Amino acid sequence: MDRRMFLSRGLALGCSIAASPLITPMAFASAPWDNRLVVILLRGAMDGLDVIRPVGDPAFADLRPGLTAEAPHHALDGFFAMHDGLSALLPLWQAGEMSFVHAVSTPYRDRRSHFDGQDLLEAGIAGLDEGLRDGWLNRMLATVPGLESEIAFAVGRERMLILSGDAPVSSWAPNTRLELSPATERLLEYVQHSDPLFRDASADAIAIAAEVAAGGEMMGERVGRGNSVTMAQFAASRLVGDTRIASFSISGWDTHNRQHRGLPGRLGELSDTILTLKANLGDVWDKTTVVCMTEFGRTARQNGSDGTDHGTGGAMLLAGGAVRGGRVISDWPGLEEGDLYDRRDLMPTRDVRAHAGWLMRGLFGLSTGTIEGAVFPGMEMGTDPGLLL
Amino acid sequence: MTFDPILAEIRFGTGLSPRFPLPGQVDDLLIRLSSPDAAGSEMPIPPYSDVTPSSSELRKATADVRNAETEAAREEAVALRKILQDQARRIRHDGLTATLMRAVRSPDGMRERLTAFWADHFTVRARGGVTRHLVGPFVEEAIRPNLTGRFSDLLVAVTTHPMMGYYLDQHRSIGPNSRMGLNNGLGLNENLARELLELHTVGVKGPYSQADVRQLAELLTGLYWRPDRGLVFRTRAAEPGPEQVLGRSYGGEEESLDAIVDVLHDLALHPATARHLATKLVVHFVSDTPDPDLVDAVAAVYLQSGGRLLATYEALLQHPAAWAPERRKVKKPLDFMQSAMRALDVDPASVRDLGGRQMRAWFYEHLRRMGQEWERPLSPEGWPEEPEAWVTPQALAGRIDWSMQVPQHLVEPLPDPRDFLVAAFGPEPPEEVAFAARAAEGRREGIGLVLASAAFQRR
Repeated sequence: MDRRMFLSRGLALGCSIAASPLITPMAFASAPWDNRLVVILLRGAMDGLDVIRPVGDPAFADLRPGLTAEAPHHALDGFFAMHDGLSALLPLWQAGEMSFVHAVSTPYRDRRSHFDGQDLLEAGIAGLDEGLRDGWLNRMLATVPGLESEIAFAVGRERMLILSGDAPVSSWAPNTRLELSPATERLLEYVQHSDPLFRDASADAIAIAAEVAAGGEMMGERVGRGNSVTMAQFAASRLVGDTRIASFSISGWDTHNRQHRGLPGRLGELSDTILTLKANLGDVWDKTTVVCMTEFGRTARQNGSDGTDHGTGGAMLLAGGAVRGGRVISDWPGLEEGDLYDRRDLMPTRDVRAHAGWLMRGLFGLSTGTIEGAVFPGMEMGTDPGLLL
Repeated sequence: MTFDPILAEIRFGTGLSPRFPLPGQVDDLLIRLSSPDAAGSEMPIPPYSDVTPSSSELRKATADVRNAETEAAREEAVALRKILQDQARRIRHDGLTATLMRAVRSPDGMRERLTAFWADHFTVRARGGVTRHLVGPFVEEAIRPNLTGRFSDLLVAVTTHPMMGYYLDQHRSIGPNSRMGLNNGLGLNENLARELLELHTVGVKGPYSQADVRQLAELLTGLYWRPDRGLVFRTRAAEPGPEQVLGRSYGGEEESLDAIVDVLHDLALHPATARHLATKLVVHFVSDTPDPDLVDAVAAVYLQSGGRLLATYEALLQHPAAWAPERRKVKKPLDFMQSAMRALDVDPASVRDLGGRQMRAWFYEHLRRMGQEWERPLSPEGWPEEPEAWVTPQALAGRIDWSMQVPQHLVEPLPDPRDFLVAAFGPEPPEEVAFAARAAEGRREGIGLVLASAAFQRR
């Protein structure tokens, strides 16, 4: 692959900044870490109980007979089984490069709104009353002085609250194109200079365009099709360079109806996305953790239209060479009616943020105090779930 | 901070036009809004009920292909389906061009803004190919005729419309103790009930609980639509017995649509709804950090007037805070295109007969790059309001690219950029944009720089 493809966005930005008297050039420092973290947000509320099925729980079979009958699964450990839609990832499971965390959620309860649930997941705060300001990955970056924006990439057209905030980060969407003459480029900088929002976005847009022009179309391996595979390709192209954190989202998990028909396609695309990351990361895969999170789980019982409604407890998926895989990590609450949250949803037994906190501690060496104070204020990390090798 | 005719067109309308005189006062805006919908009749979008092909015609055409018994019959069915699909695609194209051109050729830009505002408040999204061309016709039928009347009428029109019902799964929600529920083991789907409270009326901060969602979902059972007859009340799916929503009891005798209309009327006039709608209007038109006094004023008039929307808009427009000179909002991508084409005074003939390839290259694809794929919002919450959501490097690259590349195809020849400054900004264009327009390498670049500037994209 052409080395120029990896031309640092920071460098490209540096060139355009050097040409502009309006912005002070910044110093570039290399990343303080070698480990990589990819956070994939599964928007729409993935049904953890269908994806990682607690077939060993005696109450499970009666809760969702239709869903379980319509799609096969693969036994994992005698208690849990994995939905057939993820079968392309079985080799990762067998190689110890994939694990699941079950019966977890954010602190969000009762309203079961996608929008609030996603906001809370990305903001990493205990409640929306605290007000949305920034995302937890950004706050984590802000605790480390001297990072440049190349350290983290928000990938895709969608706004990623999880990476928004005071710490500088980069963003890029596939298919961005911009052809301007040098003179027009300078005039464009001039018309935006008094509006910081437009000024910065314009400068970044010009830098990206220059880089795409230099590197040509993105290359690299693809496993399968789909927009998130393209995002995974791009994320990998950054992560083998100076980028340490990437985040993007995959939508379409809101399976109110005929879940057995909708969910396999989503799981297939998620599998392709993870396999595309692995294929393009090469040796870096060994230092990589991919974590897939969703805003909440879905109802324990199937609904009247062969689907499931918004629930509470859900599941996370972890993959990567840095993961201690082959395990489903859970303090299982049980599925008898009295065990359920609100007599309808899987009871969350741990906060997803605790797991995210332990990942950041293990991958980036952040102290428990920093995580509990600055990244997830007021949260207690609790005992080490041992997610990493 | 008082009425400003240029700001009126930019902030509350679809931008300046060389074609129409500026409003002289707030009343002029209100008079336009209460006049007949001239732009709607001159540049029609068919209402949902009149659209050919309907979703059931398209569904039948697909079934005919599947069920064809001979190869010849199959070929005929495929050809027939293709004709219908082409018609549907044309309706979607025409809906986009009418939406753009109404903004260019109407003196009443605020009507277009309000149509978009309420269409976003009541976001629907097509679920599959057979309804993709029906989003615009839904807006035309349920929303546009109800822009200036009572909010309750708008709410009832939208909630009982098949497009909303199908989008939020209402047709699949069956009362568990209804005849259908008991006989077939079917149950509730809470989706419409939840969004009605969370998004459409009292808002997510409103005084409701999961129990209210559940009760409202039970109350809504029975709401159903048939391809031939439209809205029907399906008694055998309706949950029997009264339901309690926000402390009031509904239904209980014979199940009927009346109880559903009652709860919608009560929700429409709930103080939390007044606050939710007032905040949304102020955030949409003025600022993401709304002046509390302005919100209070709008919410108060909304309640006093019994939810009359024209009076509510008047309260917004009469308040000094609505005319704060700082332009804190950013035009959304479609608004941006509309106002650019309005300033350019694009001739309807130049977009009327565009083919699919050009429509894709100049409009659909650019809207997608700018982050606002046509009629494809991500969620029932609709499009985001914050400027930061729209002014990202990749989305702004889309706006810059459109500004530089597309106007030359819409206006022949392009105007002199120095003259265009006045069309875009009025007699006092911002100094830096005027400089760029004069210094540009050519007309195309000059027009592009004016349109791509922060000053043009803010309102």
